[in-house]
Amino acid sequence: MTDYSNIETTSGNRGLSFEEPLIFELDSQGSTAVDLEEPSHDMDRLGGLRRRGSIGLPGLSEPEVVRHYTRLSQKNYSIDSGFYPLGSCTMKHNPRLNEKMARLPGLGDIHPFQPESTVQGAYKLMDTLATWLKELTGLPAVALSPAAGAHGELCGVMAIRAAHQAAGNDDRKVVLVPESAHGTNPATAAICGYSVESIPGNGNGRVDVEALNARLGPDVAAVMITNPNTCGLFENEAKAIADAVHAAGAYFYMDGANFNAIVGRVTMSELGVDAMHINLHKTFSTPHGGGGPGAGPTVLSDALAPFAPVPFLVHDANGLRMAEHAGDADAPQSFGRMKGYHGQFGVFVRALAYMMSLGKDGLRQASGDAVLNANYLRVRLSEELTPSYDGVCMHEALFDDRFLKDTGVSTLDFAKSMIDEGFHPPTMYFPLVVHGALLMEPTETESKATLDQYCETVLALARKAKRGDTAEEFLSAPHLTPRRRLDETQAARKPILRWKPEPLKHAAE
Amino acid sequence: MTDTRYTKEHEWIRLDGDTATVGITDYAQSQLGDIVFVEVPDAGKAIAKGGEAAVVESVKAASEVYAPVSGTVTEGNASLDGAPDTVNSDAAGDGWFFKMTLSDAAELDGLMDQAAYDAYLKEIDA
Amino acid sequence: MRYLPLTDSDRGTMLSTIGVGSIDELFAELPSGEPTFDLPDCQSEISVERTMNAFARENLSCSDVPSFLGAGNYRHHTPASLDHLIQRGEFLTAYTPYQPEISQGTLQTIFEFQSQVAMMMDMEVANASMYDGATACAEAAAMACRVTKRSRVLMSGAVHPHYRDVTQTQLQHLGLEIECLAPDPIGIEDLIGRVDGGLACVVVQNPGFFGHLTDLTPLAEACHAAGVLLVACVTEPVSLGLVTPPGAMGADIVVGEGQSIAGPASFGGPGVGLFATQEKFLRQMPGRLCGETVDADGRRGFVLTLSTREQHIRREKATSNICTNSGLIALAFTIHMTLLGEAGFARLAEVNHANAVTLANKLGAIKGVKVVPQTFFNEFAITLSRPAAAVAENLAAKSILGGVPVSRFYPSYEELNNVLLVTATEMTTESDMDALVSGLGEALS
Repeated sequence: MTDYSNIETTSGNRGLSFEEPLIFELDSQGSTAVDLEEPSHDMDRLGGLRRRGSIGLPGLSEPEVVRHYTRLSQKNYSIDSGFYPLGSCTMKHNPRLNEKMARLPGLGDIHPFQPESTVQGAYKLMDTLATWLKELTGLPAVALSPAAGAHGELCGVMAIRAAHQAAGNDDRKVVLVPESAHGTNPATAAICGYSVESIPGNGNGRVDVEALNARLGPDVAAVMITNPNTCGLFENEAKAIADAVHAAGAYFYMDGANFNAIVGRVTMSELGVDAMHINLHKTFSTPHGGGGPGAGPTVLSDALAPFAPVPFLVHDANGLRMAEHAGDADAPQSFGRMKGYHGQFGVFVRALAYMMSLGKDGLRQASGDAVLNANYLRVRLSEELTPSYDGVCMHEALFDDRFLKDTGVSTLDFAKSMIDEGFHPPTMYFPLVVHGALLMEPTETESKATLDQYCETVLALARKAKRGDTAEEFLSAPHLTPRRRLDETQAARKPILRWKPEPLKHAAE
Repeated sequence: MTDTRYTKEHEWIRLDGDTATVGITDYAQSQLGDIVFVEVPDAGKAIAKGGEAAVVESVKAASEVYAPVSGTVTEGNASLDGAPDTVNSDAAGDGWFFKMTLSDAAELDGLMDQAAYDAYLKEIDA
Repeated sequence: MRYLPLTDSDRGTMLSTIGVGSIDELFAELPSGEPTFDLPDCQSEISVERTMNAFARENLSCSDVPSFLGAGNYRHHTPASLDHLIQRGEFLTAYTPYQPEISQGTLQTIFEFQSQVAMMMDMEVANASMYDGATACAEAAAMACRVTKRSRVLMSGAVHPHYRDVTQTQLQHLGLEIECLAPDPIGIEDLIGRVDGGLACVVVQNPGFFGHLTDLTPLAEACHAAGVLLVACVTEPVSLGLVTPPGAMGADIVVGEGQSIAGPASFGGPGVGLFATQEKFLRQMPGRLCGETVDADGRRGFVLTLSTREQHIRREKATSNICTNSGLIALAFTIHMTLLGEAGFARLAEVNHANAVTLANKLGAIKGVKVVPQTFFNEFAITLSRPAAAVAENLAAKSILGGVPVSRFYPSYEELNNVLLVTATEMTTESDMDALVSGLGEALS
């Protein structure tokens, strides 16, 4: 029989896989998908600043727009459609109840500057979320306003700097971060005016506590540690580290990106933490939306709480009100404001709906299942892959590229070949402390059947790579996607960052 | 023209009369991969031995280029702006980064010669 | 526990594969002792909905009453197809597009977003979004300092107070000097006279916080003559359908808040920070960027690019520490702009302006009310014969969200106590306006 599976099509479409132009190439001049009434008059108070000329936006009808974005959506991998074991990212199921709640008119359609008497329900919701976060971490205060994880880090480190300043310790200029840290940690410390020094690992994927202790001193402002760390391991000496950090007069920041592994099983107060951000979009399942929005509420110890950013809620006789001004009677020592309005309220609604759905028993079961799933992958995949560290991992399993030695296949090629099998690749080449890292985080919302299929697939790929005569197939993967590997060098050397009308485009070249 | 000298950070420097030319080695460009952007210093900039003098970027990495010796920049290689790939194709030649005058020519003596650099490369690749 | 697929039998099988006896054993490295939590156990959807509905019912929703609130957060109509599209799981539940072969949907929409934002602002390039307008403003000021290698920032008194506060907070440890001029309700501050060669940038807002529209061209010329960058904030991007954009008046960096186009107020967050500039400043720009390229078969495709500016590669030398941005809200912005198109966007802006002019005429006729700015787009300050905060409370009691009292932002400026910001949009009806007119008349009589 003739094989027609690779036939060239006239349209460029291939069955359910459509080629879709840019909106600018679909323009039907003058069309719109939004019918609005004529303005009631043409009196003008623009003071001569009326726009001259057109913007150049394309005009499309509603069916055209709906089809365009529907087709584009179909070119995306998503947690709804498949397994997304992206280490450090906690890609778990996003319940639609949370979306429904965020769209209640009484929650979605309220304005940040309504009189406070008209938004007591919103304040109560935020206060309830704050209670959950404080209870789950054991810390006494939480700043809700940071917009994402890195923004929460900034909140924590700014609070630390404010505390040092208040105590007259402004000669502390150094923040220590482990070499396995997320890039946001050093970037955050730098924005706070600190220089950054790296602490080595101890060979077991954890912080070298002796090296850390040796470096602590009167110039150190803070130590930032991710726990569980980016190798997927619990920093089992966290409390000892905290004690040493405190004894040296510094503060202990914990990066809570991986909080999902330990929710309901340990509190930050037990670990001696002074500040930790919580990525609501990871641990508490608000959707990632192709890159955000997130929210990074930051819990603070008693020592740091007075320096928390505005706004925050204050209980008084009339109910709740918002302290909005750093330096006034409500917030005399606040280090300032990090974000417009009151934080990522829409994300708060979703996260609280998720927490309430699971409850304290469900959250504990969730961290248990997340760690169980990761260890299941670790053990099953060790049959062919090379785990970087021995023993039990937390929520993610770290492998390196030793198993690919002499195969001619790199971590990148191996990961890309997983795409053809219908799986999103794990995080690659991070953390930097092992060679050719593959970091897999399955989360608790995957079934055993999914994990088994994934393991069988990855093991088969590993065996295939090791056969030695298959490198070419890996090197050119993926083959079955809307686009094959993209030329990132060309993109960076000759940046094209926006559409331009054709004549302009040629003129620019 | 003197012999080319090398640093452990994989810069090369070559003195011609009063002016030295500085670039990154072929090994360095091969480690970076496809180079997409180079930022060279402006003429007149004073640079100290070991200080940051230029930046080189590939798609997935960025690294500083350090001054092999102290002195003053006399010219940055403007042609790299539109053609950073020259560093990949000719790191030791047309892909030079900047020219400089030296404040202390004796600093060159502390750098590696070709044989020493070759041995150093063997050592780090082992 | 409807979100957890593992059964007890699965767990048993998996534990024996791993070779441990219980899940708790996997946590042996954690401190011993089981923490207890004063929190409820798992709940059904019905039960969660009851609680959330109770919270919602305690709020006065803008959907239910005449609303004239703005001050950087605006209520516009959201087409039904917009909310449908952003809830498609392939958009909603995808991560940052690090694997371009299976993320072309997100990447192409980011490219469309960057294009639209740059075009609307009349700038050359825009990034894939920031957290919100206020943080984008702070990033712009920091970027201007990197570009000019200067350390002084001058902020106009017409810039949104939250943008000013966030900029001061975020830049406080970078050795920079941020000078914020006093709030300027009548639009008389002299920025040009303050431009000098030591400034990195002047930060302005158009339309201003109190509503004024200003021709930025003379200021831009003065800035450029002194090597100073002009940073312009746009808190109401719908204005760009009718008003000359900052780029056409010489701004070097334009930032803004996209919420008003992207969707509901959502109590102020999440929004989406817009960030646009000139190509020559590209390497100093913060945030993610998407670029066009080709795939192995030569077909057009899109990738994240120039990421060596970003924290995951450059670490402490990055242009910003931002990682997560506001992808989904940027998507909503792009879809709404596509639905509107050139004609719809212009019409939307015209209707907003016409309604605001009508409202200004009606309010200006009330005894004790004075419209402050001569020029405005869809929002303007009014002065009242009484403190505005009490008037707003009084109106709220009559189920009218009548405006934002400026004292909420500037409690220590007594001269602003009677100033109220009032907005009209395409959502504002004649009967809404009449309700406000009669409510205000009563409150002030």
